[in-house]
Order: sequence, then C-alpha cells, then structure tokens
Amino acid sequence: MVALDEIDLAIMRATQAGLPLTPQPYQNIAGQLGLTAEVVMTRMAAMQEKGVIRRIGAVPNHYKLGYRFNGMTVWNVPDEVIDELGQKVGQLEFVSHCYHRPRHLPEWPYNLFAMVHGKSQTDVDKQIQQIADLLGDFNLGSDVLYSTKILKKTGFRSRGYNINPPSYSYSAI
Amino acid sequence: MDEIDRRIINSLQEGFPICDAPYQQVAIQLGLTEQALIDRLQVLLADGTLTRFGPLYHAELMGGALTLAAVKAPPERFVEVTGIINAFPEVAHNYARNHALNMWFVIATETPGQIRQTITAIEKQTGLPVINMPKINEYFVGLKLEA
Repeated sequence: MVALDEIDLAIMRATQAGLPLTPQPYQNIAGQLGLTAEVVMTRMAAMQEKGVIRRIGAVPNHYKLGYRFNGMTVWNVPDEVIDELGQKVGQLEFVSHCYHRPRHLPEWPYNLFAMVHGKSQTDVDKQIQQIADLLGDFNLGSDVLYSTKILKKTGFRSRGYNINPPSYSYSAI
Repeated sequence: MDEIDRRIINSLQEGFPICDAPYQQVAIQLGLTEQALIDRLQVLLADGTLTRFGPLYHAELMGGALTLAAVKAPPERFVEVTGIINAFPEVAHNYARNHALNMWFVIATETPGQIRQTITAIEKQTGLPVINMPKINEYFVGLKLEA
C-alpha cells in the first residue's frame, strides 16, 4: 500500500467520476479543493509515478467499438514457469488483463487467466491459438469462458470512495 | 462515430497530459480545436462510447482489496442467487459465464480481511460454496482497443 495523505485523497475524490471537460481541468479541481493547480498537477503526476493512478485517459465501452467477443481464457501451466509465461502472455496486444490465480482442484485446474477481446469469434479463436502456441508444451489444459450477461457493474469501493465507477452503465453483454 | 472520433478514442487510450491546458495540447496533435475536442468527448461519454475519461486508480495500492470469485448457481435458482450476490455493495462486477461455474464476480473491500467476511456471508445466504481466486501475481492490466 502506498502512503497517501489527505490532499491525495481529496484529489482522488474530486476526480473519481472523471476529469472536468473544461480547458483547464486541473485548475478547476484545484479551485474546488482550495489548492493551486501546481499542487494538483504535482500530486497527480506523483500518484501516476507510484502507480496509484494507473493512467489518465479514456476507457471505451468494448461493445460500442464492436468488440463483442470478450473471452476469459484460462490455462493450466506449471507453477515453476508461470511468471515467465504470464509476462509473455500479458504482452500480447489483445490481452487486457493477465493474472496468476490459484487452482481449485479437482474442478478448477487453471492458474493463468488472460482476458481477450475481438470483433468476431474468428478473431478470438486466432488469439487463443496464439496464446496456445506461445505456451507450447507448458499448456496442460485450457478453457474459454464468455460472458453471457453483465449482472452488475459498478466501481470499486475503497476508503469510503467508489473507485473507477463507469459513468455509463450498460446492460448489454 | 466518425474518423475524428476514432482518432480521439485511440489517442486518449494512450494517456492524457498533466499540464495547464491538456485538451489544447491533445487537440493540436489531432489537428482539432480545443473546443471541438471537448465537445466530442462530451458526446462520446454521453452516448456511452466511452465509459470513463480521467484518472484510473489502482484500488489495491490505495489500501483496498479485490478478489475474483465464482459460484455454480443451479439454473432454477439463477435469478435468486443473482439477487443475493448483487445486493452486496462489496460486489463490484458480476457476470454470467458459459461454464459449470456460471456466475463470476469481483469483490472489492476496504481492507483485505473483509474479503473473507463477504465470502462467508455470500456462502451463508446462497447456500453455495464460493470459489475464491485472489490474484497471486499481476502480469498486465490495460488495453488499447483500436476504434
């Protein structure tokens, strides 16, 4: 956990719904908080440097951009090589999230998770094949789970805040 | 969505500057006026093409805890189980998936200890075992979707 003070948390609270769409957004945040724009910019740059802010930017709705095929690919790979393989899989340009998670035997033998996104089933099938090729003999089994419905989507709560809430809730899958 | 919107979406997934007039800086790179960029961003957010624009915070580095969990909801109880699980404010996302483990959800709490409490409460209320899959290691988070 990274040490954050009250100023950082105030900036987070002021920007959790997004950045103001005004010519001087950092100045506006500063005005709301009784800070100078210089302080807001310095703090935000520092939070980005520490990784508390992963990035500042736009998050598109996959479906609106035509990415209707969003698969959670799961793989069983030996624990001794998972870090090396996970790094490689995470670097593929179509993988959005790549994690090592625990197996739950016997029903869940998979320990490497990679989310993939494509505009067609053919695209996703090719991506899955590319991951399989990369894993080679270390691929001891795999599956792909597609979301059939979004049942709930909100932001994460932390320190009383809702982190990264979507500004738009979509009901389509 | 036209070619200009596509360029805006592609560019702003790469990041956004921290400076006095960031929209102006990005607009110049895209060959737009500052106001045109702001107007288009407003529309893209309003029509849901963009779900967010701004800083993305790392929940765990802020002291929070996250896990991915799944249950096998019997088909005849699917709606009931969805209702129980979605009622937990700690459940941030929940997806139906095409697998025997047919309901997958993200639990986000203010402290790591609350994850276990939430799972126990979900198990008690649904009568279903919850498979807990907290991340052991994160290799990559992020994605640029070509618009």
